Amino acid sequence: MPMTITEKILAAHTGRDSVHPGEIIMADVDLALGNDITAPIAINILRENGIEKVFDRNKIVLVPDHFTPNKDIASAEQCRQMREFAHDYDITHYFELGEMGIEHALLPEKGLVLPGDLVIGADSHTCTYGALGAFSMGVGSTDLAGAMISGKVWFKVPTAMKFVFTGELKPWVGGKDLILFTIGKIGVDGALYRSMEFTGDTIINLGMADRLAMCNMAIEAGAKNGIITPDTITEEYARQRASREYRFYDSDPEAGYDEIHEFDASAIELQVAFPHLPENTRPVGESGNVPIDQVVIGSCTNGRLEDLQQAAEVLKGRKISSGLRLIVIPATPLIYRQAMDEGLFDIFLDAGAVISTPTCGPCLGGHMGVLADGERAVATTNRNFVGAHGPSRERGLSVGPRRGRSERGDWSHFLA
Amino acid sequence: MDTDAIIPARYLNTSDPDVLASHCFEDADPDFASRVSAGDIVVGGKNFGCGSSREHAPIAIKAAGVSCVIASSFARIFYRNSFNMGLPIFESTDASRSIVTGDELEVKPSEGLIHNLTQGEKYTFEPFPPFMVDLIQEGGLIPYLLKEEA
Ligand code: SF4
Repeated sequence: MPMTITEKILAAHTGRDSVHPGEIIMADVDLALGNDITAPIAINILRENGIEKVFDRNKIVLVPDHFTPNKDIASAEQCRQMREFAHDYDITHYFELGEMGIEHALLPEKGLVLPGDLVIGADSHTCTYGALGAFSMGVGSTDLAGAMISGKVWFKVPTAMKFVFTGELKPWVGGKDLILFTIGKIGVDGALYRSMEFTGDTIINLGMADRLAMCNMAIEAGAKNGIITPDTITEEYARQRASREYRFYDSDPEAGYDEIHEFDASAIELQVAFPHLPENTRPVGESGNVPIDQVVIGSCTNGRLEDLQQAAEVLKGRKISSGLRLIVIPATPLIYRQAMDEGLFDIFLDAGAVISTPTCGPCLGGHMGVLADGERAVATTNRNFVGAHGPSRERGLSVGPRRGRSERGDWSHFLA
Repeated sequence: MDTDAIIPARYLNTSDPDVLASHCFEDADPDFASRVSAGDIVVGGKNFGCGSSREHAPIAIKAAGVSCVIASSFARIFYRNSFNMGLPIFESTDASRSIVTGDELEVKPSEGLIHNLTQGEKYTFEPFPPFMVDLIQEGGLIPYLLKEEA
């Protein structure tokens, strides 16, 4: 029976030859991830039930990245809970400050997630790893607890949607624009419960940072997972990092999709998602002049080296206008060091930016750049919901990295 | 209705159900926590609970005393979180469209039926698959798994 890449990975992790959309299965997980917001709840579940061992100490990853460096006493308590748990249960992959990076940038970088894996994470953007040809999806803390205990997770096999992108991208247009464009077309529930498969020659020519940004935002269309068939770019990325075996899967040509969308990627322009939903996308040329107070370049979507390089390319030799705040957040310590070594920090500092230690920080309105009521920000993050960047009524705009160079009163005309 | 609106991220430095309940829907409906009483039902539109995977969202709703949530569709992580922790949720577009604040409702999960006593209407929903019924009967994912392991 022909299967999609997602179905093949799920079948392999259920010990079966095939699975069918709609079936509920119990699958084996290769990796289960938690952060400082979601892991404490899972940890309490284990402790309260007297469970003293996890199913496999090497297959759990704990990354305190959201409110760290500890934002306040309550956050510090949550991180302490994680640290003590990691110690008591002998967890191999626990990343303390200094080694800590934003989880979805850190795990691929360290080779902890690999092609063909089945990964769950108590974080909605766990779907990022589909860029490597893995099946990965966000779950809740109880699922994380269940996986830490049993090594298994339940779910319904999703039906699949295929997105075919063809043609050469315009200058500066990247993975973030492709996914914003797609969400603009199908809506924030356009892929609800389903798998989004990205294919076509545009995708084959896309680098890993762009692929990661695309799959990262599959959840913003409601999808269970986003996935890209592994190829030579994947192979090169994985080979340098892997310390265990991995496997490439692909979709059979006759595999069933309940929707196929074809896009001429050469016509896609830089995209901006306007408040308050990621589906409110517009080409940047139609955005008009929107006064802004803050720009954030970072997050698990666009805080990678390639993103910082693009931002630096635009900012080089220029200054942000007075009254604007620019916050740059390299996503991992390695990216931080590389950006520093390449001289990107000089460019950012000269432009008037501040550079933060790796953290989720302002992405979730947590700390390190929260907005005041009524303020507007442009961010390279993935969500622009009410409250996503701070108290109630700020305006979050979600964009790709090279639009980090924005100027109060008129930011759009720099972007083309 | 996204999870930021259900429980804003600034309160995620705790997982204490009572604290979360006191901020439930704070940005969307500031009086919610003071108005809600035990057994109340929350009715939402499409893609209810979208956004972050935070289990704090169903925890906050449950701890606020809400007995169940009805919506035309749920975001998938919210959906599984609710089952895993025992907050009943029901998908019905008709119910989501017709019910107004103040209506008195009766929900019969095994029959897939919602009865609107105020308006005298009935709405149906798809009964749960057997696995989900098992989950609910065992009291959620963890008791289910522990029973399996034993
Ligand atoms: S960077 Fe933002 S979206 Fe990514 S894991 Fe952190 S809070 Fe979530």
